[in-house]
Amino acid sequence: MAFISRGFKGKRRDVTSSSRVPPGQHVVHDFPVLSAGPTPRLPLTDWTFSIVGEVDEPKSWTWDELRKLPSETITVDIHCVTKWSKLDTSWTGVSLDTLLEHVETAAEFAVAFSDGGYTTNLPIEDLTDGKAWIAFEYGGQPLDPEHGGPARLLVPHLYLWKSAKWVRGITLQNEDEPGFWESNGYNLRGDPWREQRYWGD
Amino acid sequence: MARAAVLGRLTWQLGEVAEVIQETPRVASLVLQVPGWPGHFAGQHVDVRLTAEDGYQTQRSYSIASPPEDSRVILTVERLEDGEVSPYLVGEVRAGDKIELRGPIGGYFVWKAGDDRPVLLVAGGSGIVPLMAMIRHHSAASSAAKVRLLYSSRSIDDVIYRDELATLSAGGVGLQVFHTLTRSQPSGWEGYSRRLDGEMVAEVAWPRKDSPAVFICGPTAFVEAAGGQLLESGYDATWIKTERFGATGG
Repeated sequence: MAFISRGFKGKRRDVTSSSRVPPGQHVVHDFPVLSAGPTPRLPLTDWTFSIVGEVDEPKSWTWDELRKLPSETITVDIHCVTKWSKLDTSWTGVSLDTLLEHVETAAEFAVAFSDGGYTTNLPIEDLTDGKAWIAFEYGGQPLDPEHGGPARLLVPHLYLWKSAKWVRGITLQNEDEPGFWESNGYNLRGDPWREQRYWGD
Repeated sequence: MARAAVLGRLTWQLGEVAEVIQETPRVASLVLQVPGWPGHFAGQHVDVRLTAEDGYQTQRSYSIASPPEDSRVILTVERLEDGEVSPYLVGEVRAGDKIELRGPIGGYFVWKAGDDRPVLLVAGGSGIVPLMAMIRHHSAASSAAKVRLLYSSRSIDDVIYRDELATLSAGGVGLQVFHTLTRSQPSGWEGYSRRLDGEMVAEVAWPRKDSPAVFICGPTAFVEAAGGQLLESGYDATWIKTERFGATGG
């Protein structure tokens, strides 16, 4: 890198955590909120989570049904494309592996959909093998609406826009189809370690 | 510009600081000449990358304040005292310095002058910046859309673009500006003097039947409050676009 920002020193870097922080990211200790529209409010009695699309039979769970499935508490680092990373965040939710056991499919792609109309696309590979959850608790407490409650998709190995807030289901597809941000300039896959922020990255 | 503004690969470019404008005690605008700038839409942002002599790099996102009609890229930055980047951009950077950036970014929180719906802009603090690009675009393009801005600041000295907003709103270009000052007010102040609330939103917002285009930008709690009030007043969620920032911009 030839260019030097004259007079820029930067803050003292935390060497121990730098191996956990992807390129271009910095660690924060609060939990910023970013969403494209107002926070939706839906009574839990009306809430369902569905798997639809290229499946032999669509499957749907009510809130109570989802909460009766085996859940996991995981501690992961999360990375937002707006440059902040938050380390050691604790979430509780149901693994996508558990949910996908209930459907027969040969689809290779999924589009998660949410209240408010938000969508985001992911290869099935990024949702399976213990890499993705429908999370309903953060730090041992019910997930705040502004952070995606009652439940959000959590795919911590990709930039956080893939972890759709207020998620209501996934559509399984044979072809990849850009979601909301992916149609608005953001990368189709969003791997923070390869700094796949925008189109062409 | 047109679609080139949002399509294609975003590469790092060097912009030269032509001028630094001190907008308020804590806020400055960096006026950048960026050779080969592809153009942008009002509401988009850029990524800025700083590199120290030891090779350390860090990036932040900043909204563009200049309209598409302006060939320069103006970034308006609020200095956060414990930040890493903003005290450099507001304090150290001076005319002649170069800044590495890439953009424009974001194809959603944008307003284009061809949209004739009434516009409601709601800004908290430096959340005014992307909305100012829209206001400047509205004026430069002689848009027929009616625009109302509800703008919350701490004090009169914290109002960014104060004179320009006064000039534009007095100029008969279809812009009405409603200020609220939450911490202190000068004597004889005729604007609002409290935090944004439902009554204020109801007084300023276009009637529901106008199906306005709404852009809200500010701190999270502010955006939640404004968006929530508009939903309660019967606005459709699809009319409302939001952009939020925490205290972490640095």
